[in-house]
Amino acid sequence: MGILRTEKLAVDSADDIVRVRQVVRAWAIERRFSLVDQTKLVTAASELARNMLLYAGGGTVELESLEEQGRHGLRLTFEDHGPGIADIGLAMKDGYTTGSGLGLGLGGAKRLVNEFDIQSRPGVGTSIRIARWR
Amino acid sequence: MERIPILKMGEFVLVSIQVDMHDQLAMTLQDDLTAQIVRSRAKGVLIDISALEIVDSFIGRMLGNIASMARVLDAETVVVGMRPAVAITLVELGMALPGVKTALNVERGMELLRATLGTPVETGRAPAESPNGHPQN
Ligand SMILES: Nc1ncnc2c1ncn2[C@@H]1O[C@H](COP(=O)(O)OP(=O)(O)OP(=O)(O)O)[C@@H](O)[C@H]1O
Ligand SMILES: [Mg+2]
Repeated sequence: MGILRTEKLAVDSADDIVRVRQVVRAWAIERRFSLVDQTKLVTAASELARNMLLYAGGGTVELESLEEQGRHGLRLTFEDHGPGIADIGLAMKDGYTTGSGLGLGLGGAKRLVNEFDIQSRPGVGTSIRIARWR
Repeated sequence: MERIPILKMGEFVLVSIQVDMHDQLAMTLQDDLTAQIVRSRAKGVLIDISALEIVDSFIGRMLGNIASMARVLDAETVVVGMRPAVAITLVELGMALPGVKTALNVERGMELLRATLGTPVETGRAPAESPNGHPQN
């Protein structure tokens, strides 16, 4: 699998969430994703970036443009050094929130992409990697 | 501070979201709209999101909150112009926007509000007679 391009963005403020949405959108357009696929990936990215800001005080997003057997995809890795998630299964459940949200971000983001991988260790941080293929 | 303008149109208030809102801006809009509904005794709220390229759980929650608050203040809310790609994504995200009425565009949204509120429609579409006594259409 070839990685054609990478970029890393910091998420430290609400403005950075907007910036993540814009950059992911630009990459998805460049990869010639359909409008619906662009929208799904940007929405998933918005959810995960906001989670990092709200629950971990910030983090980073790494974008990777992929090519595999003629297929084009985008992979996004959200990494933070926040409190981590003790029970991932519970956190993934729709409706589960420790904040004031609806508890839809994690489960929703998973439904919006083709690949979703979450690693988290309490006290160490959380890493969520998603990919969407064209 | 950056704000989204709210227009007053008779007994309705209209807001057209033209920018990709950061979270604080969305919260400010929610507060401003609530204040404006009270101040102008509005009966209807139209929120035009035709320029929005995404609606995530945060903005979805804001729309739901506005509709609930407006209802408590005796006003109806209609969200208009949601792009098809946004609607598809929202459903998959798991947000059905309960309690939020939607319409295709501002004109349809107005019609829906008027119908809900029982206000007579004063455009040529009404089945009323024309001034010279002949039926229209
Ligand atoms: N990066 C993270 N670090 C620590 N905890 C997290 C992180 N992301 C999510 N969580 C935890 O998982 C829970 C569920 O997250 P999810 O995004 O599904 O819902 P939410 O953020 O609470 O609400 P919504 O996203 O609907 O506004 C959060 O309430 C939080 O406790
Ligand atoms: Mg969330």
